[in-house]
Amino acid sequence: MKAVQEFEMHHPMAKYLRTERFPHIWCEGCGNGIILGCFTRALDELKINIDKLVVVSGIGCIGRIAGYLRCDSFHTTHGRAIALATGIRLANPNLTLAVISGDGDLFSIGGNHFIHAARRNIDMTVICSNNFNYGMTGGQLGPTTPLHSYTTTSPYGNIEHPFNLVHLAAAAGAVYVARWTALHVQRLTASIKKALQKKGFKFIEVVSPCPEIFGRRNNFKKAIEMMRWLKDVSEIRHGYDPSKAEITMEKIVVGEFVDVEKPTYEELLQKKYIKVQEKLREKNAG
Amino acid sequence: MRVEIRVGGFGGQGIVRTGLILAAAACVYGDKNAVDTASYGPESRGGKCRSEVIISDGEIDFPKVENPDILIIMSQEAYLEYVNDLKENGILLVDSDLVPNQKKDLKAKVYEIPATRIAEELGNKIVANVVMIGAFAAVTHLMDVNHLKEAIKSNVPKATIDLNLKAFERGYEYGKSLLKEN
Amino acid sequence: MTEQRTVLTGKHLMQGDMACAEGAIAAGCRFFAGYPITPATEIAERMARRMIEVGGIYVQMEDELASMAAIIGASWAGVKAMTATSGPGFSLMQENIGLAAMTETPCVVVNIMRGSPSTGQPTEPGQQDVMQAQWGSHGDYDVIALAPASVQEMFDLTIECFNLSETYRVPTFLLADGFIGHLWERVIIPPLEEIKVVKRKKPKVPPEKYIPFKPDDDLVPPMANFGDGYRVHVTGLTHDEHGYPRTDDPEVQFKLVQRLCEKIRKNAEKIIKIKELMLEDAEVAVIAYGIASRASISAVKKAREAGIKAGLLRLVTVWPFPEKIVSEIANQVKAIVVPEMNYGQLVREVERAAKETPVHFIPKLGGEPHKPDEIFEVIRRAVK
Repeated sequence: MKAVQEFEMHHPMAKYLRTERFPHIWCEGCGNGIILGCFTRALDELKINIDKLVVVSGIGCIGRIAGYLRCDSFHTTHGRAIALATGIRLANPNLTLAVISGDGDLFSIGGNHFIHAARRNIDMTVICSNNFNYGMTGGQLGPTTPLHSYTTTSPYGNIEHPFNLVHLAAAAGAVYVARWTALHVQRLTASIKKALQKKGFKFIEVVSPCPEIFGRRNNFKKAIEMMRWLKDVSEIRHGYDPSKAEITMEKIVVGEFVDVEKPTYEELLQKKYIKVQEKLREKNAG
Repeated sequence: MRVEIRVGGFGGQGIVRTGLILAAAACVYGDKNAVDTASYGPESRGGKCRSEVIISDGEIDFPKVENPDILIIMSQEAYLEYVNDLKENGILLVDSDLVPNQKKDLKAKVYEIPATRIAEELGNKIVANVVMIGAFAAVTHLMDVNHLKEAIKSNVPKATIDLNLKAFERGYEYGKSLLKEN
Repeated sequence: MTEQRTVLTGKHLMQGDMACAEGAIAAGCRFFAGYPITPATEIAERMARRMIEVGGIYVQMEDELASMAAIIGASWAGVKAMTATSGPGFSLMQENIGLAAMTETPCVVVNIMRGSPSTGQPTEPGQQDVMQAQWGSHGDYDVIALAPASVQEMFDLTIECFNLSETYRVPTFLLADGFIGHLWERVIIPPLEEIKVVKRKKPKVPPEKYIPFKPDDDLVPPMANFGDGYRVHVTGLTHDEHGYPRTDDPEVQFKLVQRLCEKIRKNAEKIIKIKELMLEDAEVAVIAYGIASRASISAVKKAREAGIKAGLLRLVTVWPFPEKIVSEIANQVKAIVVPEMNYGQLVREVERAAKETPVHFIPKLGGEPHKPDEIFEVIRRAVK
């Protein structure tokens, strides 16, 4: 408890956190704390009104992030964060809205919601902590597990081709798509800031080390080895074709892949609303 | 008084709309109670189609037609399927051009109305159902003509109101002429 | 100007589904998320046309899982929200119906029941989701479900669903059958000012003193909306009164689950609505809801004409089940007759409440509702 009090007194981001909920559940060397740190710094630098901020998460290790942030937050059922956030966004367009969840939650059980929210261009920032497996349930195969890697449910090596999340997001219509690793703290923070300021469906993938659950089974003996690996294999290439940016154990291309303008669902709806109201007025007058 | 009406034909003839017009005339523009149900096959056009209306001065408890007092038939198929359900001495209105084969010994008051032909003369066979409604009004005296006209006006596209009212009048006149013959 | 269109005051011929949509609008619903399904699609179609007229949101989601999630989100953002579906979609919604129950989210789910199980009979009516309404999602929680028996009630009871849902912070169901959903009847819509609309209880204390899931005496906690500055954390995990996950404390789990059930059970008498017909001196009672109750009225009247002292208890509220009322009637009559458009669902609750009194069940499957004579015959045999 003393550590928490000291953290509260000295850490500039403590005001954004429900420190009474600490210590958090994440393992040593996990990237989720870094994502939380980058997110709060982005809020701080943008001076976001926290009373008007809503963070929605799904199920999984990163899903607990909603409960650590001192804002209105919803920890939903598995996979449904984006669908629930769609309801929040459309019901109140004045809120700042972020969905922070994991690869299994967003792209396996919640995959359909992801592509459809991107297609509709619903205004929300989606941050995915991609740790290559289901960490919370003990390390099972997921939709982003690299080919041939080991998990508790791919004990002989994974034979499923993983999703390339940035390609999927771009193809589904996201207006902003970026990928960083948990080591790219400054660039990730800058990306989150950019996404929070932009209108539309924005997607940031964060390749996040999971040394305890995934790393151990895949030849990373210590957390620092996984960090070193991410540093060695990542390569910054802005504007790179997302379809060619598959993640392999040998190479992870990071950077901003998509940054385009497109009318959001809410903007198009507002235009229709004005038209319908005009017609109604004409009808009532005539 | 509880009167059960069944309208039968095929999709595209305005069978469902006919039910709605009768029900609206009774319970929105008139002060009777009415219920209306429709059933049709998965085809949008050309399939079997039926609507049922119950009109009553009192509350309508059971909202389904069991044995219709009045049948309005606009296809041979519907004729064969429903004619035996008609109550004894019930009323049958039939578009005779569309139903060439009719039972000879039917215990009912049968009124043959060439509704589709009349509608074509008016310029559009789509209003054949409204011709039938006009004839229905004339031969049954069940409903107020003005209520029916109001219901027609609120149930057809604005641009076709005049045509539909003309169709109603023609049907009504034809129905009256049939009554005189009897 | 647009206010004129919010409530369509007047006399209309409407289909049940349309009346439901108009009832929702009259109740203040300004968010509808749904997915097309027979025989509930007309509600979505009406909402797609009408929501924009009244300044609300219609959104067609990718499936029913998403529709249910979206209305929970909208409700927390402070807008009254509804979805509408039929059996197959209702099954998909169960996951987040559990979430709505656990997070005490006011929301209305309309189920226009069709023949089932599985894809079953899309265009034929049924009453086969009655038990699912209460027991559909995993775990213990109580819900409220109302069963309309006319198009007027599709309008009136949809408003009632919203009012109950806001009062008790519980997912509330309009459990209608496909027959009533597709029936056309007269609806009288009263003037706006005559429609009773309940708004959710808001916190009376400032944010620093607010404990989001601490109940009042009625067992219902006041609800702060997202964006109000109360900074609420909401989770489907077992949570304490602060809303924080506490999954390892049996006491917290017991208290929470107990309250989710008891807030409905303790208020059951206030919630439950029934309609009685000639029950005062009845020796045989028909207990029915929805479309089956309409044929029951005819059957009971016919029985009286035949000299049989029959009466009808119509359940407007199906959940919470009016156990006490059914028990009292069971004590008075010699037999109970239960017609349902299923193979035996709510009759189990009736049997439980009726104890020693014999209960005659009349199943009905296939789409055709019970005929009055079928019910009359069973009444006749029951008093022999």
